[in-house]
Amino acid sequence: MNCTSKEEKEDLYTPIPYNLKIPTLFADKLIAPIIPTNNPLTEEGIALGKKLFFDKILSGNGTQSCATCHDPQKAFTDDRQFSDGIDGIFGNRNSMPLFNLAWNFDERFFWDGRALSIERQAFEPVTNPIEMHANWAIVANKLQEHSEYPILFKQAFGTLTIDSTLVTKAIAQFERTIISGNSKFDQFLRGETTLTTEEQNGFDIFMDEARGDCFHCHGSNNNPLWTDNSFHNNGLDTTFSDLGLGAITGDPADNGKFKSPSIRNLVYTAPYMHDGRFSTIEEVINHYSEGLKPSATIDPLMKKVNNGGVNLSAKDKADLKAFLLSLSDLDFINNSNLQE
Amino acid sequence: MKKIISFLVLIIIFSTCKNETDCCVNLSPITVNLKFTHNWNGVALTAADFNSFKFTTENGETISIERLRYLISNISIGNTIKDYNLVNIGENTGSEITFEEVNQESNLLQFTFGFADEDNIDGVYQDLNSASFNVPSMLGGGYHFMQFDGKYKDTNNQDANFNYHAIRAVDRSDPDNLVFEDTSFKIDLGTIDFTNNATIEVKINIAEWFKNPNTWDLNELNTVLMPNFEAQKLMSANGKSVFSLGEITQ
Ligand code: HEC
Ligand code: HEC
Repeated sequence: MNCTSKEEKEDLYTPIPYNLKIPTLFADKLIAPIIPTNNPLTEEGIALGKKLFFDKILSGNGTQSCATCHDPQKAFTDDRQFSDGIDGIFGNRNSMPLFNLAWNFDERFFWDGRALSIERQAFEPVTNPIEMHANWAIVANKLQEHSEYPILFKQAFGTLTIDSTLVTKAIAQFERTIISGNSKFDQFLRGETTLTTEEQNGFDIFMDEARGDCFHCHGSNNNPLWTDNSFHNNGLDTTFSDLGLGAITGDPADNGKFKSPSIRNLVYTAPYMHDGRFSTIEEVINHYSEGLKPSATIDPLMKKVNNGGVNLSAKDKADLKAFLLSLSDLDFINNSNLQE
Repeated sequence: MKKIISFLVLIIIFSTCKNETDCCVNLSPITVNLKFTHNWNGVALTAADFNSFKFTTENGETISIERLRYLISNISIGNTIKDYNLVNIGENTGSEITFEEVNQESNLLQFTFGFADEDNIDGVYQDLNSASFNVPSMLGGGYHFMQFDGKYKDTNNQDANFNYHAIRAVDRSDPDNLVFEDTSFKIDLGTIDFTNNATIEVKINIAEWFKNPNTWDLNELNTVLMPNFEAQKLMSANGKSVFSLGEITQ
């Protein structure tokens, strides 16, 4: 029944399909993660993507890998306000933590949502002049000449010919396996541990429309991503030096809007906000409590902007912080499958 | 062997014939498209009209609409039922629902705004959780019926925010003993005679949320309305005149 000739058959290596290990809370509460049909997960694809993610071969002068700015020990971000590229030039955006990307259902990546899938996102840093500043043709060529890569691409994608599309597919496969779902708060929701009084009160503040009111944008016990992956102006500025989403859509109503980050793993991801302006969680909380700045596009959920913010008491601030820290996922940080 | 095969073939032919005769006794079922269109007192309103102070409420406040999502459930055309549907005007999603296999006869069109108590079960609808449409458990859990956010010009002509969020009304006077009132409501759009595949327009007049029977004063009721028992009952009362039957094409 099979029409392939013997020769072709010998060439064919079928990669082993990989089943994503989905945290039980995600499986219970959320719709399925997004895995494109033209890039299914395979053992070989993920392993190759991981190797590429940590390999400086992707940068123009061999000094940077993706992990330079996306360090597994820091929830796949870095601790600098802005990250400098291979030429020492700094961008104007804070590096983003990478986890649970397959659950970004709208598939809009970057602070301003300009990349429309994980695959498409991965094209960008390699050639970005203030990041890895390389040329895809040269990178593909270097990989092609490499002693190991051609066979790894063959095993993952059935071809010896390496190009940027396959590189980004492999990296995207690896990125989909970067999952954080086992913080203390996850364990609490699974009934495996209890919260301190402070953490419980902090969670109540987070969920209370009359106090923190954070849940409308940053998830909840029923949305364990702890982000809506959507774009808002949360009152950082009155005028914008960085238009954010507005620069992408061209709609002035989107000026100053940035993607809500997940509030998982904050202890590893400082500094905060798209421009890394806050170096501590206290500063972030003070921002929402007293520091909101009015502007035409501020989100209506920043409801108390005319009073500076939600005006939390010192005790409520401390408890809110305690709750936020209960979303730190040490298992994720130490997951050996995700280290170099 | 051959005999058995021909026997099988016969059975297959026979049963297909039987099915055909069966099916042609009734009128064939039709497909119905429900289309939700939005207006402000009759003037069409789409995402393109968001983010500008172009609407005036009955009470006289000028407003800018920035986010408007609402949920309807138990949507039924005769015996054909869809569990629920989330409409997001800003993102232009959910405003068309297709019903297959609707009986070609007179059918009642009705649905519930929000979730009635028995369907308003905390955390069970994965797509709604993924869309962050939940209600905190301190308010009894379940889901928002509507999230309507925007800005209004206050009495000093300054921008102020409103979060007109409709949920099941909850009285939290005693936080350990919440008292609920089911503020979802049924909309009955009447009986429609179906003679063919059809598209039915359901018209949503957003202005009615601020109008009838309660003239809504945004200077009084603007934010933190979820835990406001009385505000929820006012919203529920006003919602009943929001929905009406529009054009039917078949
Ligand atoms: C020089 C530092 C640097 C390097 C190297 C780098 N990134 Fe990034 N990454 C960033 C910054 C900064 C952002 C946010 C940029 C923005 O929003 O404009 C970002 C954003 C991202 C995002 C978006 C995450 C989200 O949730 O939207 C992904 C995915 C990502 N990077 C993957 C990669 C991959 C894959 C590589 C290697 C091919 C890489 N990055 C290399 C700094 C870097
Ligand atoms: C209107 C939606 C919205 C609400 C409500 C909201 N946030 Fe945010 N949050 C955002 C957005 C958008 C950002 C990113 C803004 C930027 O960088 O320009 C953000 C950023 C953050 C960050 C920084 C995370 C990082 O990795 O940089 C933290 C922490 C945070 N919010 C916590 C909270 C807390 C606590 C509350 C409640 C007091 C809250 N947020 C309410 C939308 C919201």
